[in-house]
Amino acid sequence: MTAALLFAQVEKVATPKLDWAATAPLLILCGAALLLLLISSLTTSRPARGTYAVITVLASAFAIGTAGVLWARVTDAERGAFTTAAGALTVDGFSVFFIVVISLGIALSALLADDYLRRENLDGPELYVLMLLSGAGGIVMAMANDLIVVFLGLETLSIALYVMAGFNRRRAESRESAMKYFVLGAFSSAFLLYGIAFIYGATGSTNLGDIAGFLNANTLEHTGLLLGGFALLLVGFGFKASAVPFHVWTPDVYQGAPTPVTAFMASASKAAAFAALLRVFVSTFAEYRLDWQPLIWGIAVLTLVVGSVLAIVQTDVKRMMAYSSISHAGFILVGVQAATAQGVSAALFYVLSYTFMIVGTFGVATLVSGKGDEHHGLEAYRGLSRRRPGLALTFTVFLLAQAGVPLTSGFLAKFYVIGAAVDAHSYALALIAMLSSVVSAFLYLRIVVAMYMTDEEGAEPGPRVRVPLGAGVALGLAVAFTVVVGILPQQVVHWADRAIPVVLASGR
Amino acid sequence: MSDFLQAYLTVAVFGGTAGLLIAGVLGLGRLIRPSRPNPDKLTTYESGVDPVGSGFSQSQVRYYIFALLFVLFDVEAVFIFPWAVGLETYSYFGLVEMGIFVFILVLGLVYAWRKGVLRWV
Amino acid sequence: MLSAVWLIPALPLLGALLLLVFGRKLGEPWSGVLATLMVAGSFVAGVVTFLGLLDRPAEERQFLFHVFDWLPVGGFNVDIGFLVDPLSMTMVLFVTGVGALIHLYSIGYMHGDRGYPRFFLYLNLFAFSMLMLVLGDNLLVTFLGWEGVGACSYFLISFWFEKMPNAVAGKKAFVTNRIGDWGYMLGMFLTFTTLGSITYFAKDGSGFLQHASGLTGVTATAIALLLFVGAAGKSAQLPLYVWLPDAMAGPTPVSALIHAATMVTSGVYLMVRVSPVLAQSYHWAPQVIAWIGAITALFAATVAVSQRDIKKVLAYSTVSQLGYMFLAVGSGAYVAAIFHMVTHAFFKALLFLGSGSVIHGMHDEQDMRFMGALRKLMPITASTFIVGWLAIAGVPPFAGFWSKDEILLSAWGNNKALWAIGLVTALLTAYYMSRQVFMVFFGEPRWDQAHHVAGEAEQSAAAVDDERTDVAHGVAVDEHPAPTPHESPWTMWVPLVVLAVLAVLGGGLNLPFNHDVSFLANWLEPVVHATEVVPDVATATKVGLAVVAIIAALAGIALAAAVYLKQRVRAVEPELLLHAYHYDDALAAFFGGPGEALAEGTAMADKLVIDGAVNGAGTLVRAGGSRLRVVQTGYVRNYALGIAGGAVLALGWFLVRAGL
Repeated sequence: MTAALLFAQVEKVATPKLDWAATAPLLILCGAALLLLLISSLTTSRPARGTYAVITVLASAFAIGTAGVLWARVTDAERGAFTTAAGALTVDGFSVFFIVVISLGIALSALLADDYLRRENLDGPELYVLMLLSGAGGIVMAMANDLIVVFLGLETLSIALYVMAGFNRRRAESRESAMKYFVLGAFSSAFLLYGIAFIYGATGSTNLGDIAGFLNANTLEHTGLLLGGFALLLVGFGFKASAVPFHVWTPDVYQGAPTPVTAFMASASKAAAFAALLRVFVSTFAEYRLDWQPLIWGIAVLTLVVGSVLAIVQTDVKRMMAYSSISHAGFILVGVQAATAQGVSAALFYVLSYTFMIVGTFGVATLVSGKGDEHHGLEAYRGLSRRRPGLALTFTVFLLAQAGVPLTSGFLAKFYVIGAAVDAHSYALALIAMLSSVVSAFLYLRIVVAMYMTDEEGAEPGPRVRVPLGAGVALGLAVAFTVVVGILPQQVVHWADRAIPVVLASGR
Repeated sequence: MSDFLQAYLTVAVFGGTAGLLIAGVLGLGRLIRPSRPNPDKLTTYESGVDPVGSGFSQSQVRYYIFALLFVLFDVEAVFIFPWAVGLETYSYFGLVEMGIFVFILVLGLVYAWRKGVLRWV
Repeated sequence: MLSAVWLIPALPLLGALLLLVFGRKLGEPWSGVLATLMVAGSFVAGVVTFLGLLDRPAEERQFLFHVFDWLPVGGFNVDIGFLVDPLSMTMVLFVTGVGALIHLYSIGYMHGDRGYPRFFLYLNLFAFSMLMLVLGDNLLVTFLGWEGVGACSYFLISFWFEKMPNAVAGKKAFVTNRIGDWGYMLGMFLTFTTLGSITYFAKDGSGFLQHASGLTGVTATAIALLLFVGAAGKSAQLPLYVWLPDAMAGPTPVSALIHAATMVTSGVYLMVRVSPVLAQSYHWAPQVIAWIGAITALFAATVAVSQRDIKKVLAYSTVSQLGYMFLAVGSGAYVAAIFHMVTHAFFKALLFLGSGSVIHGMHDEQDMRFMGALRKLMPITASTFIVGWLAIAGVPPFAGFWSKDEILLSAWGNNKALWAIGLVTALLTAYYMSRQVFMVFFGEPRWDQAHHVAGEAEQSAAAVDDERTDVAHGVAVDEHPAPTPHESPWTMWVPLVVLAVLAVLGGGLNLPFNHDVSFLANWLEPVVHATEVVPDVATATKVGLAVVAIIAALAGIALAAAVYLKQRVRAVEPELLLHAYHYDDALAAFFGGPGEALAEGTAMADKLVIDGAVNGAGTLVRAGGSRLRVVQTGYVRNYALGIAGGAVLALGWFLVRAGL
């Protein structure tokens, strides 16, 4: 009572209004993570098989569900996009799109992780907790309307990922990859932070809306500080998106990390990086497009070429797919480089279809690798069509989709980004992208050939492959999406078209 | 060069001067002091005790866990002090916020405890 | 009636899906029967649509069937839709007709194969893709079919993937085609950027072919030549022909259907389809096409002269005949190109199926040196094969004579040198086909020598080029002690007879005597009237040219008879030609570093497949990749340096931009 009296006399701090519905996906994911910890701390007996995975999947599903409600709200012409939490988070079609993409990444990776953890004798809630928190960080990145919030999201995403990468602590490769990822990640975060400081110095704000407003209203006498900030921000985002030359960690970390974690990294983490890149560069720095576009152009070219060329020399499928994911990043950058609404929507379409493709690909790798997560050589895939025709067919679909064969979502994704580049008159880039897709087709074909070729000499057949339920569901979903969207993409294109990021001034 | 960068020139001059000063003083000392090294003089100074073994040694991994837990609660304290001072301005909102913060940390503690981290095995 | 068009591709697709799900349960022969019925049904639907189209007046013979909106991109939409016009219906009828016959044939040919249902699954899938290709109402749907037939071709070539050369050949086909696809894609994008549409014809007149006349010469040339790169890849023209001879590793019905009658002609179809663009391009662009066609025709014909493998002769012959079609396209004789495409489908499918029957009867022997005198043992195969021979050799009144004569006529009208090349090719064609017929069906029986010579060949480490085929059937030769050839079952010879009849009468589709009997020309008139170049040649000259062509054909036959039947003249079969001028090897050597690829190609075929070095481009890329790979040291400090270096570059760029 005395406390209440005391409070009455003091001027209250203005508390920011929080739109609960808008933050519901975040709260659900974080809440589920805490719930998992709580359950595992308070129960004495082991819960039934797969409980943790089911909770994770349910949480993601709920997050997607609330995102669906939000979607109706932000795409409603009368209400539209808005900011919340004192202008820290933007809720627009773009945010909602990425909430869905990242939640899907969580759900699918969790399904893969379920059996993997049991197989590797690592069962427990920790990986799921980290995955949920990391995903929440990614969503914060996508929603962020403030550079500091972007950084906050990035760090939440990354720190959880560092631990996840080293999760299989009995494998030296896993520990090594965690260490490398951590050291380099911290290194690149510093660049990002420094870049934010530069931008703040140049514009006087870290709020994206205010920055955009400032840049529109004023002409800078000296652009050095601002452009320096661009460069440093690009390093930070490029690192997370594994764009060349900031990709160096990717092959080692993707190869070393537990395969379901690799799937998560390649899908959710990369999606978050592109979300931030798109919102910050394409929308906020639109005014200075002519300055950063050429650099993105160069990075895209390097990424495309290095990704597809280096993939071919690999003999380890997981590493090959790491390079392939680098070249996919190059394709998404082609869409970013266009810096048009069409380019953004193409990049979004790419991110979504890529999420399914890559999770499926690493999902198959998870299954084929067998106990110990060690059979990743091409030889493990030899004659897979004999041992597991269904799995081989599934993998073929993913590989063909990655190669950009028509009637798969991968083809349309490539088609859209290249189309956007052509429309933005980046003919050379479109040409290089096409060439690189030709080169990388070769790589995917190698794996297909290995799967459909049996050894006459009766050479040692690859390991036995089991397809557990969870992974089966994940792969089934991924294949279904890849094929169905490959044939009937309108709805997804429609969503991507309406998910262009909006930059709103902080509506305090 | 822009005015903006010229302003930073001061910093560069300052840094350069500092470097020169250190190099100058040390260089001067080197020039005028006698130099008669012997093995005893070259050993690492450890408050008069003879150094034993290599300078790089590994600590028990368990210390790290304690160190981590310590940092965790230290950070908690760092947040709670200013909050406690300004509690009046933050009102009930602040109370709830801090409740959530502490709850999450307690959850972490419970988890650590259940995992047997608090026991010295 | 026209709305039945959707059934045409839907039936094979349904068949493929059914086989995918129930294939194993159906087993043999029901999966084959199902597949055949589906394609036959598709043929019936094709006939119904055809009649519907025929029912309309000539100028209204165009029907657009919209299936669904596929790609809404920015300001334009691509629909899945079908374009029904005389050109596409001509293609549909012969694709489904010949396709159904080959399906029927396969029921017998694939008897006892482990992958029986899988084979028919691929065949049906192929038929579906091919029909999408010809029926598609825009470049993208055509491209879809284009990729689909490529993929099916790849699957079918490496159908017996257990054997290494087949897998290699399949891959080679895929990769070579990718080069062509690249040209196609570029052409498609260029079309879109310049004309704003990739739909051929649209109801509102926005199709790109409808306003192709607005194109500038340079753009039209670029589009036409880029699409031609695609066509050259798919239709095995120089310099991209290398995959087709190797593709013979697939089962023979596949060679007949895909690599002779249908898929390889899709390049010709494409060029005819976009003829308005071709007409708009610079004068030299069609000439390039004509010359590449003519040179390919001559080149492949000379190579065919020395081949020993019964299917390789036909493969090179196919390359050569496709060259003819491009010669016609380049000369603006689109009707002649389509006409030859149709007759060629009849007689080449017949020849391939006949050769398959021979191979079947000879228990998987493919080397013509070990055949001979088969006409008594395989009377039906022999007589139908002879019909095919006369047709391809250009002996009147068989189908090949009429179509080839038209091409030569248009070549004469275009450029006399092209005509001369065409004529020499015709002579060579008659020669090598006669050689084949004489070696296989006439003369002394030599099949008992196979055993003995095969052993010898193994010791002397057969020539590089032959290695592939030798391995492919070497096992069979060793296991069967001097087999006695026999006639094939009815499912195999019925298609032969039907095709033989077509090969005789096919010429009747387009007789040159007067306007009324030029059925095909009249039928295609609405499609090509604006672009068709009618050679301005007097009737007397026409007759003269025909006579010269007949003389060339007869001379070729006579020459072959002298060499192989009477053995009056020693055969000239230079090693150089057997190895196709070492073009393939040179290509591999060029890309693989001096000597490296060649040595590896023979000694380490296995390793090559796995490392993917078979493809020349792949090798080149690999070499580059290996260099670059050094960067990936695994040391974090180096990685950090890389990131920092990138940061410095990025900063450097922006600081330069900022004008510091």
